[in-house]
Amino acid sequence: MTATAPAPPRRGIRPGHVLRCAADRVRIELLQYFRRSDALVFTFLFPVLLFAIFASAFGALPPMIELEGQQVTQPQYYLPAMLAAGVFLSGVQNLGIEIAVERNDGTLQRLAATPLPVLSYFLGKLGQLLVTSLAQAGLLLAVAVGVFGIELPTEPERWLTLAWVFFAALICFAVLGVVIAQIPRTVNSASAVVIPLALLLQFISGIYLAFPALPEWLQTIANLFPLAWVGHGMRYALLPDIGRYMEVGEAWNLPMVALVLGIWAVVGTVVAAVTFRWIRRS
Amino acid sequence: MQHAPAVVADGLTKRYGARTVVDDVSFEIAEGEAFALLGPNGAGKSTTVEMLEGFRVPTSGTARVLGADPQRADRDWRSRIGVVLQPTGQAGALTVREMLTHLARVFPNARDVDETIEAVGLAEHASRRIGSRSGGQQRRVDVALGIIGRPEVLFLDEPTTGFDPQARRAFWQLIRDVAADGTTILLTTHYLEEAEQLAHRAGIIADGRLLALDEVDRIGGAESRTPVVRWTDASGRHEVRTREPASVVRSLPGEPTDLEVIRPSLEDVYLSLIGAVEAEEAAA
Repeated sequence: MTATAPAPPRRGIRPGHVLRCAADRVRIELLQYFRRSDALVFTFLFPVLLFAIFASAFGALPPMIELEGQQVTQPQYYLPAMLAAGVFLSGVQNLGIEIAVERNDGTLQRLAATPLPVLSYFLGKLGQLLVTSLAQAGLLLAVAVGVFGIELPTEPERWLTLAWVFFAALICFAVLGVVIAQIPRTVNSASAVVIPLALLLQFISGIYLAFPALPEWLQTIANLFPLAWVGHGMRYALLPDIGRYMEVGEAWNLPMVALVLGIWAVVGTVVAAVTFRWIRRS
Repeated sequence: MQHAPAVVADGLTKRYGARTVVDDVSFEIAEGEAFALLGPNGAGKSTTVEMLEGFRVPTSGTARVLGADPQRADRDWRSRIGVVLQPTGQAGALTVREMLTHLARVFPNARDVDETIEAVGLAEHASRRIGSRSGGQQRRVDVALGIIGRPEVLFLDEPTTGFDPQARRAFWQLIRDVAADGTTILLTTHYLEEAEQLAHRAGIIADGRLLALDEVDRIGGAESRTPVVRWTDASGRHEVRTREPASVVRSLPGEPTDLEVIRPSLEDVYLSLIGAVEAEEAAA
């Protein structure tokens, strides 16, 4: 900087800035994610660990349902639940805590002082979520098949359903993570605010407790939120058809999955876009 | 054609309810000039700078930086501004080099990353995580983040708070280098020496009001710099302000005790200005 050649003429911001910055944000987000041991244990590996525990503990129990030559075992039932939990934890819980911490520890204010577009920041978070959730889902399926001998469906239609429910859940939980990150006011309260809310929703949405075991009024409340529907969609994709006898109305309801996730995603995006600011201007 | 000033504060005022934090502050900073806002803690320095950075909305008055209203500034404007905020501590699992490499991609006219790391004296720490470094080192990361975009205007808010004297001197040299590149600098500090070392002109601010505004070696006006001759004789302590202290000393009868000739420094001027505000407050 001293005694170097005169600075070249200044350039303006070139087209494609948003996407170039977003690509570099994804890189930065992933670097940070895999260095944070709490994210690795409580977000990335958590559903896999829980699945291993559930599958080992309840593996010897009789099937939850047996009919028409098909059966749904306990480990089978928990696989879609843990897939849903994985996207939910990575989206709502981890992004929620991350953004809340970054808001309150000065990171966002530092970014606000740069030409980084807000959209690039979010695309970076979304990219992180996409990569980590896919890796997590892959690991979970590998453990389920490799360690616990669970059979996965062979019909392409089931896999297609798994894919769209997974991506719809990802978008939905990403924007809800952004929204929930507005609540905590300090770095220290971020986890304390986000985790109980996330835990409560998981308990009433058939993630840790089997959905049919819940009272009807609780199911009704849970069905107002997207998580129970993600679980429903994933059970459709991964369980034999008789699994529907354990669902509300004893039927699969994929249009409702699409509708509820769609509404939450749209409302969440609008609320996130309206409320998110780099800094609270005063 | 005369260049427009790089920074203009015109009657900037910030009120929170009944409390006036910044009260009708006006100054201009020419392109390439280094300007210091000098004042005690809580004087309104940061609030003033944050209005110029676009992070706070003025209650009244105008802020203009590089010809634009910071409230309506776009990304191109941001890419021409460097900001070093008040110290908040750096979180983070990223290394110094990773963080700077990322921001070098966000700014269209970025400096070379390794050169910048070298310039802030963090070469040995380039591959270490920012969160694991000491407070002073993290502060230098802040400064590196402020200059990585090769800003035309650089805002430095209390940049050396918490530095040891050696680090402060190294930092001053860095800022002189940045200034030598033609960067306009607005610095807030409560260290007089820092303002004297770095700024061409300074404003003294206390209780939200700008008390003095001039070149650093003229601040407070010629009157306040007039030498003072003090002595004690049989009738007591005497003090005379004079432009010809030698003549006064020669004219004294006999050999007075405690004879002093004092040329008030910036520090004396500063303390008398701040003292006046505090006295006023005590009276109110």
